[in-house]
Amino acid sequence: MTDTETRASAGDRRVASSPALEVRDLHVTFPPRTAGANVRAVRGLDYQLEHGEVLGVVGESGSGKSVSSLAVMGLLPGDARVSGSVRLNGAELLGLDDEAMSARRGSSISMVFQDPLSALTPVYTVGDQVAEAIRTHNPTVGGRAAARRAVELLDLVGIPEPGLRYRAFPHEFSGGMRQRVTIAIAVANDPDVIICDEPTTALDVTIQTQVLDVLRRAQRETGAAVVMITHDLGVLAGLVDRVLVMYAGRPVETGTVDEVYHHPRMPYTMGLLSSVPRLDETERTRLIPIRGDPPSLTDLPEGCPFSPRCPMVIDTCHQTEPGLRPAGGAGHTAACVRAAEIRDHGWTGADVYPESESPATPHTPADRRNRDTVLRVAGLVKHHPLTKGTVFRRRVGTVRAVDGISFDITEGETLGLVGESGCGKSTTLLEILRLRAPQSGTVVVLGRDSARVNRRERFAIRRDVQVVFQDPMSSLDPRMRVFDIVAEPLRTHRYPRSETRSRVSELLRLVGLDPAHAGRFPQEFSGGQRQRIGIARALALRPRLLVLDEPVSALDVSIQAGVLNLLDRLKTELGLSYLFVAHDLAVVRHIADRVAVMYLGRIVEIGATESLFSAPSHPYTQALLSAVPVPDPQRERSRKPIVLEGDLPNPANPPTGCRFRPRCPKFGTLTSDEQQACSHTDPELTQVTTGDHSAACHYTEKRSVI
Amino acid sequence: MNMSVEHGAREARPSREAGEARVPGRWTNVLRRTLATRRVVIGLCGIALLATMAWLGPLLSPWELGERDTPPFLRPPSPEHWWGTDAIGRDVFVDTMVGLRKSIVIGLLVAVLSTCIAAVVGGFAGYFLGATDRVLMWITDLALVLPSFLILAIVSPALRDRGWLVFVILLAAFMWMVTAKMVRGMTMALKEREYVLAAHYMGVPAWRIIFGHIIPNMSSLLVVDATINVSAAIITETSLSYFGFGARGSDVSLGSLIAEGARSATTHPWLFVFCTGLLVVLVLAVNLVGDGLRDALDPQSNHRY
Repeated sequence: MTDTETRASAGDRRVASSPALEVRDLHVTFPPRTAGANVRAVRGLDYQLEHGEVLGVVGESGSGKSVSSLAVMGLLPGDARVSGSVRLNGAELLGLDDEAMSARRGSSISMVFQDPLSALTPVYTVGDQVAEAIRTHNPTVGGRAAARRAVELLDLVGIPEPGLRYRAFPHEFSGGMRQRVTIAIAVANDPDVIICDEPTTALDVTIQTQVLDVLRRAQRETGAAVVMITHDLGVLAGLVDRVLVMYAGRPVETGTVDEVYHHPRMPYTMGLLSSVPRLDETERTRLIPIRGDPPSLTDLPEGCPFSPRCPMVIDTCHQTEPGLRPAGGAGHTAACVRAAEIRDHGWTGADVYPESESPATPHTPADRRNRDTVLRVAGLVKHHPLTKGTVFRRRVGTVRAVDGISFDITEGETLGLVGESGCGKSTTLLEILRLRAPQSGTVVVLGRDSARVNRRERFAIRRDVQVVFQDPMSSLDPRMRVFDIVAEPLRTHRYPRSETRSRVSELLRLVGLDPAHAGRFPQEFSGGQRQRIGIARALALRPRLLVLDEPVSALDVSIQAGVLNLLDRLKTELGLSYLFVAHDLAVVRHIADRVAVMYLGRIVEIGATESLFSAPSHPYTQALLSAVPVPDPQRERSRKPIVLEGDLPNPANPPTGCRFRPRCPKFGTLTSDEQQACSHTDPELTQVTTGDHSAACHYTEKRSVI
Repeated sequence: MNMSVEHGAREARPSREAGEARVPGRWTNVLRRTLATRRVVIGLCGIALLATMAWLGPLLSPWELGERDTPPFLRPPSPEHWWGTDAIGRDVFVDTMVGLRKSIVIGLLVAVLSTCIAAVVGGFAGYFLGATDRVLMWITDLALVLPSFLILAIVSPALRDRGWLVFVILLAAFMWMVTAKMVRGMTMALKEREYVLAAHYMGVPAWRIIFGHIIPNMSSLLVVDATINVSAAIITETSLSYFGFGARGSDVSLGSLIAEGARSATTHPWLFVFCTGLLVVLVLAVNLVGDGLRDALDPQSNHRY
């Protein structure tokens, strides 16, 4: 911050006595779209944000966390009814007209949205958009001064060569870079409050580390107070001072981050914390799902809204809704009638939540040579041609989406395939499911080579290989009833008609759904239930290999735990093998027996989960693991993530030699002689230990990063 | 919702196999929801009423089609001639009813037929892409660039003796192209949906995916399209008649009547008002049905919060 003038005026605006942002008894209600009850999105939110403080708001989807921040910004649609009080530096914001609000938005209070793609206008250069943010609120600033300041801001948020990139358009930037630009816009006028609504949810984990770093720096530079809204407990742990947990439109627990994470007093928070798979778990523990689903905001239960899902519910819970009451030291409050009891007994999530599903199964023993191979992929290649022109198409390049990968899965084993977006993991999966001859290499399913099967055999193999997709919204046909959805594979493979009905009921029961609901449409179920329907459909033909494409990444953590436990149980009960594709390393650590890490179309490290997570050997794996935030404030503050420079290179033009070289933190530490190998020779996967663990790096070095 | 599902299940039982009885089939369900929508019922009643009028009306009237009354011509409506007479003494009521018959048949059949062609062509082109797509889109483009009205105008007099069915097919043959292109685009988008991929990977044959997953999921578009096509077909037929290519002489349609009546709409309004009014009512009824059907086909429309 070099502009001292701006800083001084900002200081004047801050009235020393009043907090930066004060929200009192905020209510937001939406009228029903058609007939029905009002949607009570926020029901009495209170918080106070001191200057320079970072407050984390955490909650699942539908908890009202985003709506409340939009209400603060005055960005809700016109039909929303907002009541209560929002004071910015002591001045009331609610009830201001749009013009008065616009004068404050972007200057004294600003916001960073989740989706960096739609937050920037595609037809203006990024620099102009930053300059516009400055000039809108300071009309006296000249065009040149604003441009100069924009370059400074772009530099602040870590955009390389800011003077040059000033003229770039948003589409020339990657997601992480765009998010940096939106942060630059948010801090452009030295605001007092920055609201960040899931700023890193759409980004990959290594990019998330970069962006969180930028946010921290921006906060330090401007001294602004930050409201950080997220569902990721890990992100909050190392970033915020205080936490506010929201449930069904109300705060249910608030306190300093250490208090809330280490001594949660509200059963919901306890459940939330114990349902997250931990990257730092040393042995496989059971995840604790919270049963049921978040309540409908149109039809809240009597009394405490969490009571239908609460494991320690008593009669008083159904009578009145408890307010926030002191539950510990340092302003720790919780909205639970039994908070004192929890404190006195020192209960944790594991004590409170009963064992609902079978306990975690241990990792499959390491001896995999004696078991049958279910899937063997060798040297798989998938290149997409890049063409130009419509009439005369000519090939201008090749996207090397998958560039020679090999792995196998034995019976009863789970292989986790991890990597950032664009690394080719989904392409790999689709190539396997296609069951056709790949461009190069082989895919062998249960001993049958996909390149050498005829139509009928391929149809038969499809019984044994089934798939569960990521998005529970789009993986089920919205126009079919659950019964027809689950029966579809049975009908396709000519399952006896008379038994279809009983098989569908059996499957629904297997995945923990009520068979009586078979007549409903998918929209009537929650995300977690829909994912269970997807799993039931995949299991219908008794497959031996299940391909899971990010099966839990679209779900809330409390729901995710239930689905993961279900997958765990099904694997043991039905003797399934899983190919589990995910970007969430903690989930993979929890479920997988072996892990393969992909980078730019290649597997860079593969091995047994324990070995790979405790002693990663490839610099990329190390960076990836170190970037994952852990929901433990103390650990998170002391951990130094390895921040990778830049973005994923263009897969149409991968670097020579080792593909990771341009971003490799290790490369810089090598002598120029040693660097020769990296620049010229593409490293092969070589075994790094006597056990099951190989990495593709010339200079492997085991290093514990978690 | 729960209650109505159970209720529907009980209703559906006799028609289904005993084993599957508790879940109503897709079509039973659509039918039930359709009939539960008031707009559809009103629209269907309207169409039924018009059809009854069109077929039974002339029987009730003392006059025959083409029968002329003695001068004075152009008599206003009276107990004798309910809707008056035209310039050569024919009974307007009987003429209009016979014309309505033809318009109902042409409008409904052409709309359904052209939408079906569009769905099939667009669906197959968009799903398979490659050579199938190129051939089908080549045909579509060809049909688009041909001056359809001119061809209809030239061909229709030659085919008039073959009856109305040929005329219906001919009209439909020139109305499906734009919709087919839209359907193709939507199919390409739907093809990427995970439930389509899931069906593909479980081995469901392509034609079953197209008819079972893709076309039902754009039924809103298709229903709206069919609804618009009803009026479009009637109007095309009308304009053909207006230029003297469609119905001619003793062969009347609403179009030919409107064409004739329009000339004297201000001086002898009964020649114009009744046939135009019936056309408006018919199109309105069809729109009501289409609108309700669209909602009934979409299970999401009921559960919006």
